[in-house]
Amino acid sequence: MTVDVDIEFGLNGRKVQASVPADMNALTMLRDVFGMTGSKLACGEGECGACTVLVDGVSLNACLMYAADCDGRDILTVEGLRTEDVLADIQQAFVDHGAIQCGFCTPGMIIQAKYLVDNNPKLSPDDLKRGLEGNVCRCTGYKKIFDAISDVAKVEA
Amino acid sequence: MTANLKTGPDEYAAPTTIEETVKLLADGDGRILAGGTDLMIQTREGRTPYRKKLVNVRRVEDMHGVSRDGNTIRIGALTTMTDILNNTFLKEMAPVLCQTADQFASGQIRNAATIGGNLCNASPAGDTIPPLLVLDAEVELRSWDGASVTCRNVPLKDFFTAPGKTVIQDNELLTSICLEIPEQRSHARFLKSGPRPALEISIVSMAMNAINDAGTLFHVRLALGAVAPTPVRAYKTEKFLELKTITPDLIDEAVDILMEEIDPIDDVRATAWYRRHLASVYLRRLLGDDG
Repeated sequence: MTVDVDIEFGLNGRKVQASVPADMNALTMLRDVFGMTGSKLACGEGECGACTVLVDGVSLNACLMYAADCDGRDILTVEGLRTEDVLADIQQAFVDHGAIQCGFCTPGMIIQAKYLVDNNPKLSPDDLKRGLEGNVCRCTGYKKIFDAISDVAKVEA
Repeated sequence: MTANLKTGPDEYAAPTTIEETVKLLADGDGRILAGGTDLMIQTREGRTPYRKKLVNVRRVEDMHGVSRDGNTIRIGALTTMTDILNNTFLKEMAPVLCQTADQFASGQIRNAATIGGNLCNASPAGDTIPPLLVLDAEVELRSWDGASVTCRNVPLKDFFTAPGKTVIQDNELLTSICLEIPEQRSHARFLKSGPRPALEISIVSMAMNAINDAGTLFHVRLALGAVAPTPVRAYKTEKFLELKTITPDLIDEAVDILMEEIDPIDDVRATAWYRRHLASVYLRRLLGDDG
């Protein structure tokens, strides 16, 4: 019988507790236990990035992370980005540039974009392309996504 | 994707020291969780079953990071690919490892995946393996003997036994990877192939390390991934190249020897024929013949 593990961690700035099966992945926990359905399940094996979340400020595929390993860490999902009714700059840039079609990749794309912008004040176009290697969009062709992130990151060619 | 209640572990532990960890592993009924990027997929597919205990080692501080001990570089097994990519000491002393980390999977996976996990997963195509083989790396395996922590060192060339299999025992923990600081004159490179640069399982990978003294090769090490059931050193080709001066004829002969030495298979990613072709192209590239 799979053991349940008691964990406590920060979720979008709020301290939360859960008892999760030891083999559950963090994405399932975020969606099914906490109702944070922004992070998406697409490939389930780290190829597409739709489940990208920040863990202690580092971007990870939530589908490959064990929920039990969230214990003591701080997790940020797309739900935690906006303040009150104001979208974060990176979210607003996606809206302004129409960098969204079906929207399924967008939460992971935005979280990875935040990770890139936060960790590199001087993103080159190449850094940006390389940085999004792990995020797949099947609608937009990436151009508008790069434009949106470049706006916020002040990418210098 | 809900938890499978039939196959999950009965116990979970997140130790913080090596001693605690090897005690937990002493009965041989523990499965080690590090970055999780392979384990999560393989347990779900049933390729790697859980054992009684799931031992999450990520909080073992002594297994993180890169350090220098005299003439030895020690890389903690939990050092992530991102850590290796950005490590200034490795950039200077063993840049081939940073170059390899840069070609590893994607940003998100590099942030999670550990170098020890890449070795223990023992994929014939594991990216970090050929470069570590040509740097003559060893792994440190620790276990609990009932009274204290014991350690045995295994040269990486003797570590792999079959796809997904190594000499590591069920009660052992790979704590670090050790290598001598490479000679300043030596030069190592890594090449891998796939339809796109990111997130590829190599069709063929190759690493070479040698000292090139005015065209003459010394201390030649050549290793390949995805051309045999385990990553391999190409001993015959190495021996042939040792103390030779690079000429177009020599390169042709070296390629012939390598073709006899490797034994790739057909699979979903490529045919054996194509793998041989790529291996020959890569050897030519590494020997400086791009034609």
